[in-house]
Amino acid sequence: MQGRNNASSNDAVWKKVLCRIGVYRWLLALSVGLAGVSTALTLWIPLLAGHAIDCVVARGNVDFVTLRGILGKIVLSAAVTAALQWLMNTVNNKIAFEVVRDIRTEAFEKIQRLPLRYLDAHAYGEIVSRVISDADQFGDGLLMGFTQFFTGVITILGTLLFMLRIHAGIAAVVVVMTPLSLVVARFIATRTHTMFRLQSETRGEQTALIDEMMNHQKVVQAFGHEEASLADFDEINRRLSACSLRATFFSSLTNPGTRFVNNMVYAAVTLAGALAAIGGSITPGVLAAFLSYVNQYTKPFNEISGVMTELQNSLACAERVFDLIEQPAQSSDETLPSMSESVSGQVTLDHVSFSYVPQTRLIENFCLDVKPGQRVAIVGPTGCGKTTLINLLMRFYDVDDGAIRVDGEDIRSVTRASLRRSYGMVLQETWLRQGSIRENITMGKPDADEDEMIAAAKAAHAHSFIRRLPDGYDTVIGEDGGSLSQGQKQLLCIARVMLCLPPMLILDEATSSIDTRTEGKIQDAFGEMMKGRTSFIVAHRLSTIRDADVILVMKDGHVTEQGRHETLLAQGGFYASLYNSQFAT
Amino acid sequence: MRKLLRHLSHYKKESILGPLFKLLEALLELWVPLVVAAIIDRGIAQGDKGCTVRLSLLLAGLGVVGLVSSVTAQYFAAKAAVGFGERVRHRLFAHIQTLSYSQIDTIGTSTLITRMTGDMNQVQGSVNMSLRLLLRSPFVVFGAMIMAFTVDRQAALVFAVTIPLLSAVVFGVMLACIPLYRRVQEKLDEVLLTVRENLVGVRVIRAFRKEEDERQRFRERHASLTGAQEYVGKIAALMNPVTYVIINGAVAVLIYVGALRVDQGLLTQGEVVALYNYMSQILVELIKLASLIIGLTKSVACGNRIQAVLDMVPDMTFPDKAPEGMPSSSDAAAIAFRGVGLRYAGAGDHALRDITFTASPGDTIGVIGGTGAGKSSLVNLIPRFYDATEGEVLVDGVNVKAYPKAALRGKIGVVPQKAVLFKGSIRENLRWGNPEADDDTLYQALEAAQAAEFVAGKEGGLDYEIAQGGKNLSGGQRQRLTIARALVRRPAVLILDDSASALDYATDAALRQALRNLPYRPTVFIVSQRAASLLHADKILVLDDGQMVGMGRHEELLRSCVVYAEIYASQFRGEDDLSVGIGKEGDSYAGKE
Repeated sequence: MQGRNNASSNDAVWKKVLCRIGVYRWLLALSVGLAGVSTALTLWIPLLAGHAIDCVVARGNVDFVTLRGILGKIVLSAAVTAALQWLMNTVNNKIAFEVVRDIRTEAFEKIQRLPLRYLDAHAYGEIVSRVISDADQFGDGLLMGFTQFFTGVITILGTLLFMLRIHAGIAAVVVVMTPLSLVVARFIATRTHTMFRLQSETRGEQTALIDEMMNHQKVVQAFGHEEASLADFDEINRRLSACSLRATFFSSLTNPGTRFVNNMVYAAVTLAGALAAIGGSITPGVLAAFLSYVNQYTKPFNEISGVMTELQNSLACAERVFDLIEQPAQSSDETLPSMSESVSGQVTLDHVSFSYVPQTRLIENFCLDVKPGQRVAIVGPTGCGKTTLINLLMRFYDVDDGAIRVDGEDIRSVTRASLRRSYGMVLQETWLRQGSIRENITMGKPDADEDEMIAAAKAAHAHSFIRRLPDGYDTVIGEDGGSLSQGQKQLLCIARVMLCLPPMLILDEATSSIDTRTEGKIQDAFGEMMKGRTSFIVAHRLSTIRDADVILVMKDGHVTEQGRHETLLAQGGFYASLYNSQFAT
Repeated sequence: MRKLLRHLSHYKKESILGPLFKLLEALLELWVPLVVAAIIDRGIAQGDKGCTVRLSLLLAGLGVVGLVSSVTAQYFAAKAAVGFGERVRHRLFAHIQTLSYSQIDTIGTSTLITRMTGDMNQVQGSVNMSLRLLLRSPFVVFGAMIMAFTVDRQAALVFAVTIPLLSAVVFGVMLACIPLYRRVQEKLDEVLLTVRENLVGVRVIRAFRKEEDERQRFRERHASLTGAQEYVGKIAALMNPVTYVIINGAVAVLIYVGALRVDQGLLTQGEVVALYNYMSQILVELIKLASLIIGLTKSVACGNRIQAVLDMVPDMTFPDKAPEGMPSSSDAAAIAFRGVGLRYAGAGDHALRDITFTASPGDTIGVIGGTGAGKSSLVNLIPRFYDATEGEVLVDGVNVKAYPKAALRGKIGVVPQKAVLFKGSIRENLRWGNPEADDDTLYQALEAAQAAEFVAGKEGGLDYEIAQGGKNLSGGQRQRLTIARALVRRPAVLILDDSASALDYATDAALRQALRNLPYRPTVFIVSQRAASLLHADKILVLDDGQMVGMGRHEELLRSCVVYAEIYASQFRGEDDLSVGIGKEGDSYAGKE
């Protein structure tokens, strides 16, 4: 049952792969044709060499005329074969690399359209590895399949045909004995499997220790713990060494093993061939041709068994990429109208219900009416789901029930792009892209001029530190902000929003990771931005909370209370107890 | 790399016997064509069946002996390579522990980890392959030529021309491809970065509606990758066809020359077959050799990177013996900074400039300032994690550079900014502070660090197993354990580098109270962002951009120091005393609550 399931899912993956290769079907046909012709020529050459040797019998008994003709044929067919082979390899490369490119592009474009629900639920590293390494490994397998599988199969069949035509008895010896080398290889592989597993487990253990001790080397040295950790390391190192020796040695027996079998085949063919030659049924030249066939015949067997594992492996990789590609995308909004660019900023949540997983209801039947220019503070203990509201407002997630309206218009009735255009968002988890400071600030408005950009940076209190960077605004920062401090990154993100200043804002206040002076600057910048704009603030600071027009108190994902500071305090509910435990002494 | 290979010398016997047995196997292989020639010339030509059978059995016998010798060779090679790996890893680990903080900063921990894992595996694998193949392949190639010469000198000249020609092609193509493959890898990394950025920054990208731009960016980068792949593919694809033409051309010439010699009666038919067989042996071995050498060049690069780490001389030396008159008591120590400046290796600007202050024994010193003001840099100079680039740091009146390493660091208990704990029990972790400490001492330390209660609540108490990275403890618990760890050694100087940030106000206050009441009265340095934590310090140092802009008690600074007043005001806005935020540990923005 299991096997059948695997087989059928394999078939399905094959179908998808073939469908993508189908685009290049003419190139593929060309490749197969080239493989056929060049392999046939490759097989013909040893036979020609054999005939040539038969022209050279003994002193005074050499047929130079025939010999020259044959040798000419050898050189000519070698040249033609070579040209065809090169062409075939180039074609194969082209197909494999372009198929991988197509699949990767498909995957990347899918990522752009996947709902956040999917992306949030999967580790980034895992998705990256699907798009990059899985696709890469699939490509390698594909390429190897093209170059070695076809030629391998054709070589085996061709050789068999040639050998049978020349001498069925000797051919039988080869056919019976050769698979032995496969058996040997398989035997060693299964026996060493557990050794390799032990080796990689021990290696993993060692890497974990190395990782721990290297990352915290400063603590190790501060406490003079060097010798103790070296002793721990040595203990694992010795164990690794012991199991590594077994794995390395036993696995390295594959080549001697298969070579031994091949040598035995060689000896048997020599014996059978020589006896046949003595009997006069073949010539010494044919024996020579036979011996080189023996070498050619066993090689593709070993290769093909390698290719099969590789293909199996690459199919599994392809399956992971396809799994990503076939995820349902977020609903298309191409036909929807854009939201007006000049919204007033009235936001209504109308009986909204939402949950991440159906079993646990989070927000239920929630209503809120925010008038243009009002400030909404979202407060609650860690992990209470404050970010859920941001997810809904920005339409990173869709509500399950009810509706969110901006200026009376359901946000699902306009394009996502136009909705998001009217929000400025600064998250606590800052994200900057690899590139210059300039590129990062002008992300929302690429055509902004120098003065506008500097004005935005000044308003965000970022200008002074940017100016002190080695190349000022042209300083290139690494992935995710590189060497900038957390506070500086947040100031840059503020500058980025400052440049566009949309009518509505979503702000996530800093927590303790930022020093208080920088935090003060961020506060001032936030204040500057919020003037006259509808703002939603995930609030940590008392001053922000008290100035808010509406406070939403959240607990365990639900909005439990809403109102102004004084009202909520007077209610004596969760807000009041939260306030007393956190702010009062 | 050569220096690294010295570690093989402990496996001299294995490193010599391995290749030797491999050569024996190769020698047997070279014998095979001669046996086949004898079969053709004596067995077939003279119709001698007995001779044919005997010679065929000889072929099988050669196969058996070959198997035995190659298995022996594999064993010795594996043993030498694995032993070599074990030694180098040990040396590397031991050496890294002697490097200074600033050297570790310069190299970076992730690099060190790669050196010890990926690079090391690559080198070990290559040592193994080299012991097996590095001698064998050239031996077969040149052996085949030499055997050809023993068969017939004139015909063998074909080998003398073919081998260099083949080598040139094989190595030429492979060498030409190395930089091209590297370029492919770089382009692949760029594509990877694009994908990563799009995942990590998905909210921002969608908020700023950059999806189409990103698609464009991806397509451009990938087109450049595919282009590079196809280019290197075309060049790599040259190798097989070109060598094929050369070999077959050589075969044609060889047979023709052979024919002329046979016609003159100088050579037999069997010998021509032998020459032909030698010719087909060399190509296989040349290709093996070339790919081995390509693999080796990669490993040499890895090996050099490892050697570079081993070659780093620890740039901080400690005297072995304490100088005369060094105070030895473990009483609270006095600290003095005299015109201290610090500039990190490779940094453009000073992290600290002209810092001068003194702390009397038993004092509590607060250090405050914005991010990057130099607070941690300042306290890191006391245990000599870094050396001051200007001025001097004195502990008990003696320059820190005059102390032996253990004597200096043993006096000081450090609680680092990041609460780092190690895999193992709580007891094991606390004993980092003092390996001989008994449970009473540990409990006292836990008590002072406000950690006794939660440790008692854990299953097994002190025996509770901490997971890697302390993942099974909360941030506040980790922080308190690191404080206890430092207290276990009853330090003369205690340094808390912003170590109470995850504690709530009440615990923070209780901790400060307990520290003041420690019986051995250590000199305490508290680095903090919260003015509230420093209100009762004997002296507060105010840092701004590496300079000391204020020094004194809270009330004085409030009046005299603008920066301090600003910090204070930012934290004490309004009538409320404290502005510790609601839910201050922050939400993860994953939306997975």
